[in-house]
Amino acid sequence: MNQVPNSAMIEMRNVSKWYGQFQVLTDCSTRVSKGEVIVVCGPSGSGKSTLIKCVNGLEVFQQGEVIVDGTSVGDPKTDLPRLRAHVGMVFQHFELFPHMTITDNLTIGQIKVLRRSKEEAQEKAARLLDRVGLKQQAHKHPGQLSGGQQQRVAIARALCMDPICMLFDEPTSALDPEMINEVLDVMVELAKEGMTMMCVSHEMGFARKVAHRVIFMDQGRIIEDATRDEFFGTPRSERAQLFLSKILSH
Amino acid sequence: MNYHWNWGIFLEQVKGGDETYLNWLLTGFGWTVAVSLSAWVMALALGILLGVLRTVPSRALVAAATAWVELFRNIPLLVQMFLWFFVMPELLPADWGLWVKQEMPAKEFFTATICLGLFTSSRVAEQVRAGIQALPGGQLMAGLAMGLTLPQTYRHVLLPTALRMVVPPLTSEFMNVFKNSSVAFAIGVMELTFQAKQMQEDSEQGIETFLAVTLLYFICAFSANRVMAVIERRTRIPGTAADVAAQS
Repeated sequence: MNQVPNSAMIEMRNVSKWYGQFQVLTDCSTRVSKGEVIVVCGPSGSGKSTLIKCVNGLEVFQQGEVIVDGTSVGDPKTDLPRLRAHVGMVFQHFELFPHMTITDNLTIGQIKVLRRSKEEAQEKAARLLDRVGLKQQAHKHPGQLSGGQQQRVAIARALCMDPICMLFDEPTSALDPEMINEVLDVMVELAKEGMTMMCVSHEMGFARKVAHRVIFMDQGRIIEDATRDEFFGTPRSERAQLFLSKILSH
Repeated sequence: MNYHWNWGIFLEQVKGGDETYLNWLLTGFGWTVAVSLSAWVMALALGILLGVLRTVPSRALVAAATAWVELFRNIPLLVQMFLWFFVMPELLPADWGLWVKQEMPAKEFFTATICLGLFTSSRVAEQVRAGIQALPGGQLMAGLAMGLTLPQTYRHVLLPTALRMVVPPLTSEFMNVFKNSSVAFAIGVMELTFQAKQMQEDSEQGIETFLAVTLLYFICAFSANRVMAVIERRTRIPGTAADVAAQS
């Protein structure tokens, strides 16, 4: 396994969140070091997506603390747009902007948020599109691409902002099976380059290949936070064992 | 039926005047178009703003925008015309009220335009709100996640798609503005319906008069419809269901 430097990129301390009376996150603490790849898994409704959306403040939390690269996300004084500009996020349903061409999808953040010139932004967009193998599609609109292609564009869009870490929220769950690998390949490559990544995913093959740690959640709590080998060897909780046996049985 | 048809009436001189009935109708048509287009511009601008405000994460703004919409769409348009024309000047400080009543230039036109614009803005706002709320929730998150501010996300991400979606209902609204503008006759705007009534009484050729007026209203509403159809076609997004349907 890669040597992981010890400085924290993402630190979550005792994060709790409620929707009205209903508690969706209970006392969640974890830490993602620079260059580390974390896979978050667990049954549906266990709070995985909510947890990673707390990292860039897309979900507010009522208790605890989230620190990203030294900045406290929950602090009302924090300039959230500025923080988010450098935390890449990839969504389950891609969320490309349908009325813009692929190139415009990749340049809007660079131009409006990072204040890059149009030429500079387009050059960067072209480079990253090429990297995910979609240079030919630059002039098209998202609706004209397959799901797998759209998700690769979404990853390129996030990378255009020079992220210090990347959040993935079930990036392959909405894809047809034959398209999952083209997206995972891009993610594996990113992981190998040392990108700090927090991925909500049920792709255990991906986890085995590149994850440094696996977090298992159930009912809003982090039940397991183990190294990859520990997790796939002997997960300590019964619930994690049951979950693994269910998703790995075929 | 013993009606005496006279299609030449439009070219005849009005009683005691030196213009033709056609002149009356065309002047009326001009005022109808002026009131309707000005009101529509106002309704679009205000309606988009209010529709947006009804979806923002601020209870106070949502409540204020909701109150606006409910106020203007729950009172009949004719009553609103009277309220603006007869009641509002009385509620202003005395000297302003006096100015409005006695000196304000084209006061019927401005009153009717403001009234129709505000009335229509509440309806546009509802459609814009529906359009924004019909978008997948992830679009807002995706905009914010890349570091756009909330106003930037509305401007560059949500509104361009939401407004395209509501072009068809807005088309009906645009057509309605022309038809609703006929209510302005009640406060003395010399628009098409006003002129029609005048011509009917003056010429006693009511059937020809109202058939001609019908045609003129139809031209207005139908032109509005065609303009919106062009906008709808020009702004269609490649690869969407509407685009695929249009090409097959």
